[in-house]
Amino acid sequence: MLPRVLRRLLMPLLAVLMSGCSAVVLHPSGDVALQQRNLIVASTVLMLLIIVPVMVLTGWFAWHYRQSNTKAHYDPDWHHSTGLELVIWSAPLLIIIALGAMTWIATHTLDPYRPLGRLAAAKPVPEGTRPLKVQVVALDWKWLFVYPDYGFATVNELAAPVDVPIEFQITASSVMNSFFIPALAGQIYAMPAMETQLHAVINQPGSYEGFSANYSGAGFSDMRFRFLGKSQADFDLWVQSVKSGGGALTREGYLALARPSEREPVKHYAEVAPGLYDLILNLCVQPGKMCLRDMMKIDAKGGLGMAGVYNVGRLAYDRPPALNAGQAEPPTGLAYVLALCATPGPLWSPAPPAASAAAGN
Amino acid sequence: MRDNSELIHFIFGRLTWAAIPFHVPILVYTFIVVAILGIALLATITWMGKWGYLWREWFTSVDHKKIGIMYMVLGIVMMLRGFSDAIMMRLQQAMAFGGSTGYLPPEHYDQIFTAHGVIMIFFVAMPMVVGLMNVVMPLQIGARDVAFPFLNNFSFWMTVAGAILVMLSLFVGEFARTGWLAYPPLSGIAYSPDAGVDYYIWSLQIAGVGTLLSGVNMVVTIIKMRAPGMTLMKMPIFTWTALCTNVLIVAAFPVLTAVLVLLSLDRYVGTDFFTNDFGGNPMMYVNLIWIWGHPEVYILILPLFGVFSEVVSTFCGKKLFGYASMVYATVVITILSYLVWLHHFFTMGSGASVNSFFGITTMIISIPTGAKMFNWLFTMYRGRINFDVPMLWTMGFMFTFVIGGMTGVLLAVPPADFELHNSLFLVAHFHNVIIGGVLFGLFAGINYWFPKSIGFRLDAFWGKVSFWFWLSGFWFAFMPLYILGLMGVTRRLSHFDDPSLQIWFQIAAFGAALIFLGILAFLVQIYVSIRNRDSLRDHTGDIWGGRTLEWSTSSPPPDYNFAFTPLVHELDAWADMKQRGYQRPEQGFLPIHMPKNTGAGVILAFLAMVCGFAMIWHIWWMAAASFIGLIAAAIVHTFNYNRDFHIPAAEVARIEDARSRLLAQQA
Repeated sequence: MLPRVLRRLLMPLLAVLMSGCSAVVLHPSGDVALQQRNLIVASTVLMLLIIVPVMVLTGWFAWHYRQSNTKAHYDPDWHHSTGLELVIWSAPLLIIIALGAMTWIATHTLDPYRPLGRLAAAKPVPEGTRPLKVQVVALDWKWLFVYPDYGFATVNELAAPVDVPIEFQITASSVMNSFFIPALAGQIYAMPAMETQLHAVINQPGSYEGFSANYSGAGFSDMRFRFLGKSQADFDLWVQSVKSGGGALTREGYLALARPSEREPVKHYAEVAPGLYDLILNLCVQPGKMCLRDMMKIDAKGGLGMAGVYNVGRLAYDRPPALNAGQAEPPTGLAYVLALCATPGPLWSPAPPAASAAAGN
Repeated sequence: MRDNSELIHFIFGRLTWAAIPFHVPILVYTFIVVAILGIALLATITWMGKWGYLWREWFTSVDHKKIGIMYMVLGIVMMLRGFSDAIMMRLQQAMAFGGSTGYLPPEHYDQIFTAHGVIMIFFVAMPMVVGLMNVVMPLQIGARDVAFPFLNNFSFWMTVAGAILVMLSLFVGEFARTGWLAYPPLSGIAYSPDAGVDYYIWSLQIAGVGTLLSGVNMVVTIIKMRAPGMTLMKMPIFTWTALCTNVLIVAAFPVLTAVLVLLSLDRYVGTDFFTNDFGGNPMMYVNLIWIWGHPEVYILILPLFGVFSEVVSTFCGKKLFGYASMVYATVVITILSYLVWLHHFFTMGSGASVNSFFGITTMIISIPTGAKMFNWLFTMYRGRINFDVPMLWTMGFMFTFVIGGMTGVLLAVPPADFELHNSLFLVAHFHNVIIGGVLFGLFAGINYWFPKSIGFRLDAFWGKVSFWFWLSGFWFAFMPLYILGLMGVTRRLSHFDDPSLQIWFQIAAFGAALIFLGILAFLVQIYVSIRNRDSLRDHTGDIWGGRTLEWSTSSPPPDYNFAFTPLVHELDAWADMKQRGYQRPEQGFLPIHMPKNTGAGVILAFLAMVCGFAMIWHIWWMAAASFIGLIAAAIVHTFNYNRDFHIPAAEVARIEDARSRLLAQQA
């Protein structure tokens, strides 16, 4: 019994080791993912300290005390031993104390909201390093990346220079997704009207896989993108090519892009409507909509009373009529506050026919 | 014309011919097969003239043993459905590579994984766990029935009603495409406007009422109806775990009901609890559903811990090692199960301190669980182990579950979870504990208590065949998923680009095929056992040399369970009675007061099901009528004073004399 059991246990472990090269979680390329990998390995080893003896004992007892082995000591009334009970409670307790301490420390040092303290082991972040900022929006079913410091945006392609801290701000347009590049760092949910953050760094150049790790509907399986780790020079070239490629992501353009679509090809936009990410986060890309931020500010001050009723009709974001974003009727009637946070540009003006036709496609 | 269409809309709500999936060949064939089998079954029952028998002796029965058996049958039937879903997923994922999108389009595949989860948890694991508790627990505490026998029958039929609604979604409309916990905003009206999520909501609501009532019933039974002398610390360990599980049910299921009500309000009335608009917050749903969902995991596993404890001590011919620490471990798990829900969504962006807190509380649960594992281990120590089928399942559990426990603790470390969350590693983990723990425990329990509840034992050969197929199938099906998880493959994908992954999915599909053979062998085991029932029959009532009270009565027990309520002096009451030379009383029988069968449970549950169906399809008149009917029928039932009867002393004497003669023949 024992050898068979051991074989069964070892087989998958061996298999993991053999397939090591493709097990990205065990061979990541970013420092955060690497530390997470180390934590996975350390916790597993710590737990095996108790799991292995238990399994060996189980196998041994099962064999030794089998019914046919009449030579084994049989003591039907033996059911208590204070010493032994102390051991069986304290052994797991000690393991958990060790693991708990590791967990507390690692959870704080690897908190995705915490700016990076190092680029790699023994490689602190140099003084005055400016992190690369990327704003991530999970759309149905593709990824939009806005580079606010460069003023351009991409779809389904993300690039970053190696050994430069990256600061992600993450949100979604409609339903929950999870932003995950296993080689870079652990995942974090992307949720509409909310922002999550992730700090990470990529240490080796390469092309890595990124995807949504939270089921989000019909097109979920193809909601993938490439994450390119590039040397600073290559990254600069890539930035140049995006900037020179032309094209602009306007608010209308975004509304068209946000509509459900699958297997969207990589797209580059040399320009992005100012403050687009903020508008997405506040559910007010559509001209004439009140931003959540304003609504919350007004509510925090006690609301508008009856006057607020006029605003309500304008808020609908994911009610069925509003879902056809580009084609929605322009709001009519009274309104008291509209998109205070909106960046320069038309707050609401009847869109020129050409623009609305483009948005309708 | 217009009037006509309005009338049709009034009568049928949004139910139209378009809801019937004629265009999906798989469903049409399934429907034809189900229809043929169903008609054949109904025709056979009619031909054999068994409707009256079924109605009088089973459907309307308030006998806890029969209700328990019906729960088990429901669980097994639904397992076939849930497993069909599993096989379809395994096939799809093994095929859909390199440009091929497999044979299931996303809208079908997404329903399958949702239905698989919902069915396996709510309509397989839950009914079987509740069924096992129903059959065994009252016998273990020396009671004649549960505290509220009618409620028990009603609970069962509500569970059936929920199951029927889920099955109906296969052929009328569609099921949810949201994953088994239906996270909004995806499950909200904006992104799931069709009837699928409504099927989900109403089938869970109706079955949930049944589960909650059954939980109340069993808590009261255990608290109030133990045999004299059975103090809490002399209660059999399975009864202890049943008590803890039912306390969890009573405390957790109202949360599920409430969160589903909120989701229904969002979908039906246009409120904004979980929408993106108007300050709605989907994170609230995720928290609430897991405040139910995590205790639910322990609701499923705790009674099986009890089963393993009973089986280990019986088949090692030994007292359970560390009974008291086993009880404390169970209670600690019960309490801690409320403090860990957030570990299901570390990745939602809680702060590091919050994540650490929930990570560490989760790890702490592994301490009492580890203690339990050691207690079983040291029960085997200096034992004399009989590797009969129930013990085999227990051994399979001990080797399998520790791995699932280990990966569970690993997932409780938040930074590790960031890499592994929602991956196939997670899928492998929870199948590791649910199959390796709950399902193996159910099979151990079925093989252990089958002779008690039916009167003959299950065929051991086919039981072993089934065990080995299940065990090897499990390892083949889920070890590849652990590996795939480490390769960064996420769950619920319907097709893949990377061809190097395919081999692992093919191994997993092979494992699923082995499990299929395991299920087949289990069905063969039941069939063979029924065919050879005379040679497998147990006349002693104590086929395994059991230690608890259920083995002191006949197999199957008489309707009244015990002619005289047993007196308990020690833990392991029956072992104690045997040791002290217990003599069965053979005279002096008294009439026994028993509850009467009633059809009210069937009627109420049927009305609830109709109401649910009408709500799903927006057939408002039918919903209103059936709801009023439901309330009226419940009120009418309260005026039924003809609820009990006495089994005459002569009848008791006749049954007990027959048993005396049988026992004398055996001796």
